Amino acid sequence: MEAYINGIGIVSPQKTFDTSDFLSEIVEHNSKLLNAIEPSYKEFLDPNLARRMARVIKMSIAASFVCLRDAKIEKPDAIITGTALGCLQDTEKFLLSIIENDEQFLTPTSFIQSTHNTVSAQIALQLKCMNYNFTYVHKGFSFESALLDSMMTLEEGEAKNILVGGHDEMTEKHHRVYNRIGYWKKDSAVDTMQLIHSKTPGSVGGEGAAFFILGNEKTEKSYAKLQGVEMIYKPENTKEVETKIITFLDSKGLQANDIDVVLYGINGDVRFDQLYYEIKNTLFKNSTSGYFKHLCGEYQTSGSFAMWLAAKILQTQTIPNAVLIGENKSKEIKNVLIYNTFIDSDQSVYLLSKC
Amino acid sequence: MDALIEQLKGEIIKQLNLEDLKPADIDSDAALFGGGLGLDSIDALELIVLLEKNYGIKVSNPADGKKIFQSVRTMAEYISANKK
Amino acid sequence: MSSKVYITGMGMISAIGNNVAESFHSLETMQSGIGELKYVRSRHKPLVPVGEVKKSTEELMEMAGLNPDNLTTRTSLLGLIAAQEAVKSAGIKDIKEYRTGIISATSVGGMDMTENHWLDYLNEEKSGPWLKYIETHECGDSTEFIADNLGIKDFLSTISTACSSAANAIMFGARLIKHGKLDRVIVGGTDAMSRFTINGFMTLMILDSENCKPFDSQRRGLNLGEGAGYIVLESEKAAKGKVIHAELSGYGNSNDAYHQTASSPDGAGAFMAMEKAFKISGLKPSDIDYINAHGTGTEINDLSEGTAIDRIFEKNVPSISSTKAYTGHTLAACAGIEAIFSILAIKHNIVFPNLNYKHPMTALSFKPTTTLERGKKIDHVLSNSFGFGGNTSALIFSRHH
Repeated sequence: MEAYINGIGIVSPQKTFDTSDFLSEIVEHNSKLLNAIEPSYKEFLDPNLARRMARVIKMSIAASFVCLRDAKIEKPDAIITGTALGCLQDTEKFLLSIIENDEQFLTPTSFIQSTHNTVSAQIALQLKCMNYNFTYVHKGFSFESALLDSMMTLEEGEAKNILVGGHDEMTEKHHRVYNRIGYWKKDSAVDTMQLIHSKTPGSVGGEGAAFFILGNEKTEKSYAKLQGVEMIYKPENTKEVETKIITFLDSKGLQANDIDVVLYGINGDVRFDQLYYEIKNTLFKNSTSGYFKHLCGEYQTSGSFAMWLAAKILQTQTIPNAVLIGENKSKEIKNVLIYNTFIDSDQSVYLLSKC
Repeated sequence: MDALIEQLKGEIIKQLNLEDLKPADIDSDAALFGGGLGLDSIDALELIVLLEKNYGIKVSNPADGKKIFQSVRTMAEYISANKK
Repeated sequence: MSSKVYITGMGMISAIGNNVAESFHSLETMQSGIGELKYVRSRHKPLVPVGEVKKSTEELMEMAGLNPDNLTTRTSLLGLIAAQEAVKSAGIKDIKEYRTGIISATSVGGMDMTENHWLDYLNEEKSGPWLKYIETHECGDSTEFIADNLGIKDFLSTISTACSSAANAIMFGARLIKHGKLDRVIVGGTDAMSRFTINGFMTLMILDSENCKPFDSQRRGLNLGEGAGYIVLESEKAAKGKVIHAELSGYGNSNDAYHQTASSPDGAGAFMAMEKAFKISGLKPSDIDYINAHGTGTEINDLSEGTAIDRIFEKNVPSISSTKAYTGHTLAACAGIEAIFSILAIKHNIVFPNLNYKHPMTALSFKPTTTLERGKKIDHVLSNSFGFGGNTSALIFSRHH
């Protein structure tokens, strides 16, 4: 089973909102938190609706609408999203007002919008789309589960065009809270373009909303083919990851040598980056290497940013310099593999191909 | 009553995040729901909290909101009649 | 690929019992589990009767066979206890014998701990072992906790579509089996009571200050509950030679796309979800012997759901009841728990009564069953679950021949 990526819409810490552009200008963040560059929402949202919405909802709606427009689709046959943290800003707002007001004078809006399915529900509501609607919320498998479901739904013939997206926001408060358990670097500021050379623990926080139309047919718009996604939970060692990747590629009739470009989830955290280098230096020593978390930051659904990157690489047959690790060894780019993990427990592999 | 109406308009804008509106934009007699400001049932619940928090008036049946929140004026009248 | 999806195990914990047998006993003897809030501190206690699991978090820790110094959430513990029972009842000795996954649903995740420690998290000067709870906040953490304790590694996922979550977990699991991606999957949901949820539903003004009365014309709202319910789904290959409680024959998912929290008056989303479930199962509405309704007891849900049922059954509605007045509304877990009630109905040819019902709704053609109905053959049960955000799902369970 394969699925065509027939539309894209993405809000990220880079200038990605214009789907025709491909990282022509890199935004260098000198921070421990890479915030998304938000578009103007006026075009996408009636102000009367937007007034209640937190950032992540607005970002996601804008990204999904751009995506639908890109694919020239009005109503998708299914809406499937992945988010690990849901709507944090509203969750924190409601939680804090419970504590501060001792459970009195609370208003419903932030509670209603705190639920993890708010984004997929809001998109459905805006589009008056009554079709299949799902929200996956499993840490580093959230977006990956959404992709798996999408591919199964296409295979079942239950849908021709699916709107699938990954979204997570990082609030200032949650960034502080995650800092307490060692997620981020201890430095006060981090030059993210140097992240790959870092030899200290911790990464930098990120966020974003990336949406795709996955279709069962190739169109003139098709960016790439998604051949599959594989999730690997708490592998015991690198050997297990290697074996799973080889089996996964084999199921698609490919070998490691067929992979032209591998995008690694290297995040500058000395505790985990070794995982990527081991795979890079064994399985994929002949492939071109790239990375992306210096551009989008570390977050649970960062795989959705990587999938956008892979699709654009395949469509344009170019790899932006800022993405490359080492030299570009590929003349023609047929197959791109993404190997990503959030912390080290939820590891995922995506395979995208030229179409 | 007029002072209360003006005050209420400001409070409604704040409570409901009607960022683009100024008190003068709200007609005291226009319908708050349906047409008018285009408010919905979630806003009605927000306004019930506004009454409790700012005026100490408790509305326990959300259905009562329909009558109270017809317009800013009916809301002000309800507050004057029930304020403790 | 397996065309059939068999149910070989069940496990649950809720206000009416700490396992399936206790819960069944409560259902048969018409004992509700709704009562005064005990384990969550809230100023709303006098106004909000709830369906709490009758165990402290420490007692749950012991039931799950864990050391008391384990730092985990009530959501995770409830989930683990129910999932342990499900695996045991399916007679699974070696979890690695087949490709086994878990798909769990939750709406609050580790909120029960987050709400107690949030200010401390933000206070850099305070420190303690409770910092470990930060990682338990994410919904996926409860699933990983259950999986790690059961030794499940092949596939994990978590779903949050508000109160329809566990139905979607069951549906996704069944499809993974049909696609040949898994041989066996533990599916359901878990949610603990929290101040966050209590206050959230208070702001919506849809909590009844008395015991809820689903489908009664004088219904005033719902009672919140907590709990967990999981069933074990197996492929034809994995289930060979095992006791099969029932089959999952149909499932449907739709979105009402009407309002952020409220269902549409005609229940269009609910209708579509049921319609899809019928299509997948190949059954007709007249084949259904019992409907385990979502029936929360709110003004809007029961009217919307009832209207959709009247429409799809063309007013020939079979035995129907909501079991929410027993357990309270257990949010993301409810479809897991109610899947078990549906299977028990088939196994024992029994229809559980809809408690607290007195006054018929004039808008609906049917009245729910109010006494324990025995002796009628129950071959097919429809179970509905709907949530905020318009998420509507329907499942059909059928007798295995």
